[in-house]
Amino acid sequence: MARVTAASTEVIGTREFNLANVTLRELNRYLHQDAVGAGVRRVRVLNPDGAHSIACGLDADLEVDVDGHVGYYVAGMNQLARVTVNGNAGPGAAENMMSGLVRVRGFASTGAGASAHGGRLVIEGDASLRCGISLKGGDIVVGGSVGSFSAFMAQAGRIVICGDAGDALGDSLYEAVIYVRGDVRSLGADARFEPMTENDLAAVKDLLATAGFNHAPSDFRRVASAKSLYHWNAEANQEY
Amino acid sequence: MCGIVGLLVKNPELRDRLGELMVPMLIGMTERGPESAGLAVFTEPVTSPAHKLSLYVPPLPGTDADAASYDWSGLLSELRAGVAHDHHLTSMASHAILTTAADPVRVTAWLREHAPRVHVLSVGGSIDLYKDTGSPAAIAQRYSFNTLRGTHLVAHTRMATESAVTPANAHPFTAGRDFCLVHNGSLSNPHLVRRKLEPLGIHFDTDNDTEAACRFFEWRMREGDDLVSAVHRGFEELDGFYTFLMGTDQQLLIVRDAFACKPAVVAETDDFVAIASEFRSLAHLPGIRHASVFEPKPQEVYSWRV
Repeated sequence: MARVTAASTEVIGTREFNLANVTLRELNRYLHQDAVGAGVRRVRVLNPDGAHSIACGLDADLEVDVDGHVGYYVAGMNQLARVTVNGNAGPGAAENMMSGLVRVRGFASTGAGASAHGGRLVIEGDASLRCGISLKGGDIVVGGSVGSFSAFMAQAGRIVICGDAGDALGDSLYEAVIYVRGDVRSLGADARFEPMTENDLAAVKDLLATAGFNHAPSDFRRVASAKSLYHWNAEANQEY
Repeated sequence: MCGIVGLLVKNPELRDRLGELMVPMLIGMTERGPESAGLAVFTEPVTSPAHKLSLYVPPLPGTDADAASYDWSGLLSELRAGVAHDHHLTSMASHAILTTAADPVRVTAWLREHAPRVHVLSVGGSIDLYKDTGSPAAIAQRYSFNTLRGTHLVAHTRMATESAVTPANAHPFTAGRDFCLVHNGSLSNPHLVRRKLEPLGIHFDTDNDTEAACRFFEWRMREGDDLVSAVHRGFEELDGFYTFLMGTDQQLLIVRDAFACKPAVVAETDDFVAIASEFRSLAHLPGIRHASVFEPKPQEVYSWRV
């Protein structure tokens, strides 16, 4: 990585922010307010050093590359932007994303892609627990494995897991669909394996292509809701 | 919310820099725990006299903690008269480390009777313990944490969610000898654990939930478990959310609850193992870009030996 001595440097259409020298507030203000007007389409962030909320709340067609590990909520609430973390991400990466593309080249901590309404989140390494919890419409592709309680109460959207899943995968799922290639330690309440249809194979192929992962779609199994929790069953005695 | 910090140096040349490397880790966890902080550092064991006790005198109400002082030499003279053994004492403001050839139980009892303002923070052969209220940076300065030397340490920044903000409720907690624990999280059954331990003669100093976990593990070790087995028994008996980081004279150990509710990151190089609640406390460490960085998995016990 090239060492930057000035607080930020500007190349045509590109700007660098070195968080060793400038504040996170300055970076995010620039991304929110100034970048588009200045004609800058690409922003590079150096020395993130685990800071929280980097590139959070973006709402423009920007490309943001972060070189290093980030803390909580990177690219949270993202719209339109394409954010790449060349490192690991802390809890809540791309939480509540609306659109755009967020890529984490290392691992992602708990709650990655939680409540995302749209967009695509690609995690090249593992994702920790609760990946895609309460997903509302986005797509998540995980190159490695996911921790327990992933896709808990996910309402819409798709999650592709190239590795294994922990306990209670897809607990209390609504209409979201999970495709998993490896082992599943356990399915959550009301989640079940279903046959892969042609549409499922095409969806997995498309999502893998977006992520740049090279697996056969036929290696994946579909997990979806059995919908037995959709209606209250007084005779179930609270046991599901 | 709280912050945890652990550091074990594998490279003996780094032992002199243990405190210097740790202080930015502790200060990095200020937002997670702005109101109290503490640490336990494990040094080369004392041999003669054979025991050391970390002592602390809380400031009198209305006085400035940074201006606190205590008549330690007076205490030492009285102790020498009261418990006839070899004793040495090094003090810094309201904190002192007493090395003694006498039975620590006897010394503690003597202190309780003759110097009731003095709190015994730790007992052992390697452990030195500091904890206080204030910002982590202020406490690090108050006790010159940057000069600490040793093989490993366990530190904490506290944001109280249950018991009061007092020096005694700050972490680390200790029980027995050369054992300490810090905690990010909250236990939901500390009183149940306490009601189980107190009839066995185990005394509690505070009403803090973390003390219950600390005394539970120490009790299990006295009953013959090793620390890892004690932690596994804790999975059954301690209910709640936790990342526990523990230190003994021989090892550093971390474990997270089944839901991994509280964060933890480990960075390991050939020279050190560094642990914090978040990566931002590790980013300054030498060689961090080439470290193996990972998050402990839930209910998996990770430990490193000196």
